[in-house]
Amino acid sequence: MSTQPASTDIASRTSAVINQLRGLEGPLLPILHGIQDEFGYVPGEALPVIAEALNISNAEVHGVVTFYHDYRNHPAGRHVLKICRAEACQSMGGDAMAARLQQLLGIGFHETATDGSVTLEPIYCLGLCACAPAAMLDGEVIGRLDEEKLEEIVAEVRL
Amino acid sequence: MTATIYVPGDSGALALGAEKVARAVEREIAARGLDAKIVRNGSRGAYFLEPMVEVETAVGRIAYGPVTAKDVPSLFDAGLGSTHRLSLGNPEEIPFLAKQTRLTFARCGITDPLSLDDYKAHGGLKGLERAVAISPADIVRTVTESGLRGRGGAGFPTGIKWKTVLDAVSDRKFIVCNADEGDSGTFADRMIMEGDPFVLIEGMAIAGIATGATKGFVYIRSEYPHAVATMTAAVEIAREAGLLGVNVLGSSNAFDVEIRVGAGAYVCGEETSLLNSLEGKRGVVRAKPPLPAIQGLFGKPTVINNVISLASVPVIMDRGAVFYKDFGMGRSRGTIPIQIAGNVKHGGLFEAAFGLTLGEIVDEIGGGTATGRPVKAVQVGGPLGAYFPRSLFDTPFDYEAFAAKDGLVGHAGVVVFDDTADMLKQARFAMEFCAIESCGKCTPCRIGSTRGVETIDKISAGIEPEKQLELVADLCNTMKFGSLCALGGFTPYPVMSSINHFPEDFRPAALAVAAE
Repeated sequence: MSTQPASTDIASRTSAVINQLRGLEGPLLPILHGIQDEFGYVPGEALPVIAEALNISNAEVHGVVTFYHDYRNHPAGRHVLKICRAEACQSMGGDAMAARLQQLLGIGFHETATDGSVTLEPIYCLGLCACAPAAMLDGEVIGRLDEEKLEEIVAEVRL
Repeated sequence: MTATIYVPGDSGALALGAEKVARAVEREIAARGLDAKIVRNGSRGAYFLEPMVEVETAVGRIAYGPVTAKDVPSLFDAGLGSTHRLSLGNPEEIPFLAKQTRLTFARCGITDPLSLDDYKAHGGLKGLERAVAISPADIVRTVTESGLRGRGGAGFPTGIKWKTVLDAVSDRKFIVCNADEGDSGTFADRMIMEGDPFVLIEGMAIAGIATGATKGFVYIRSEYPHAVATMTAAVEIAREAGLLGVNVLGSSNAFDVEIRVGAGAYVCGEETSLLNSLEGKRGVVRAKPPLPAIQGLFGKPTVINNVISLASVPVIMDRGAVFYKDFGMGRSRGTIPIQIAGNVKHGGLFEAAFGLTLGEIVDEIGGGTATGRPVKAVQVGGPLGAYFPRSLFDTPFDYEAFAAKDGLVGHAGVVVFDDTADMLKQARFAMEFCAIESCGKCTPCRIGSTRGVETIDKISAGIEPEKQLELVADLCNTMKFGSLCALGGFTPYPVMSSINHFPEDFRPAALAVAAE
């Protein structure tokens, strides 16, 4: 079930993203976001294309991509579930929720379910600290997690 | 007359089901053929009442909360009056809100965030109107005299920073808004960006005019997609209305704003790391000097301020320095949006003059823990802030008073823990978090944090705990004084405060049993 595009396709789609954003001051992060939006991850084949366009070294692009937690070097599952691991959520039983979620999904952090349904990622604060414990499913925020909400989330990602 | 029903679009409210509530309200309006519209306001910040629905009536607003989608038909059955069981009456009279002093958050939760007419009708743009009428030096003087200090955590006087940039000679200068609000327990930046985005844009424009900067960037963390969307839309609206552009409010001042999105690095909340990230580099901390005010973004003089610092400027310009300065205590002037979070009954944002004690905040305003158990510890100021025990609850909310107790106000997040909290675990997490988020530039932070985790693990395993505790203290000392920035430099606060205030949690259970 490989969904990874061919490398020539990657180069041309990468160039299209770059052309839209290269006029910005300090365009590298916006370009990388654009590429991740385009492919769902930042393909290795895109890096030399970016380096060439911005007149910087491959190493520099690699250094930037790998510094930031957001950029993935391989595709995620169909759903991306992020669960907050920070203090405010810890104070409301977030650790137990995270453990239960891993158990329900059968995967650990930074892992994708074998059926490709979901990728589980830790996140450090969603700014929902007065509605803890919190999570984010495909960009939608969920607060005051409990067993019932966890089961709803699991049912949704398995659809 | 078209009735107005407010259902917050704030992400805290959304996380509690506000979207479903809004859809249910829509359905009821359609099914009953009512002449009513829905406004997606920000949150007033009383999250224990969210989703809080408000209805505009002849006698003012009536609030209901917390409302679920299935409560909605009954609200309409009751005629949207004050007799419904979820009615909270006039929202302004809800004690949690009535007791606040809302200066920076005056409009948040009340207006339509993207209505410039609403913004102006509630006192918006008056600060900027005054700023374009006076000299840059007078703007800077007003901000300096107001006593405003950086709300991001460092508490540096905002006016002095602006003065440095005003006096710097350069072909270009920048205003950078630090909206990388990564501290757990804080959400004030998010709330204002989602609930009153124009106040931030107005504050940035004033900063630009005051210092001669023509371009502003708002660096928003990627964990805040709703804030990014609202700010992006607000900037467009502000441009069309002439609030931004080549002639700000018809004056000869040019200023424009661009929204940028972070990429999940906590350290980018540190100002020099943020500047590197904006430039498209790894978010590695820069050594200071040079100060960003002299050589900041792209090497140009740059004002870098937190969201709340900038969003507090319009009210200062409008009401004057003396008005603002009259609030507060000691050298902490004005108001501070305290974010009460974690295991607390009445969680939310509480803007008040500096000077409330920690006990008043946690016990009286916050109402104690959500679980009903005793409060054990309170972490103030995010992951780099100290854990305070009950015995320090008389500490007033003030930069100097917290520093005197080996803590920090930080971005004013207060996270409450009940008596089930294990402080060894919290200390370990502080080190672990530092290891995950360290930019890697300086050794105390990069290596110290990892060694810290290992050493604390030895304590819990009962391996020479006394020696390990000495080692942790020594390590913390190195990190505190040897790190380049606050990430490595302040991680010792949560660690040492846990050890000092809760020593019993650092005696491993096995040893404690063996000793009996």
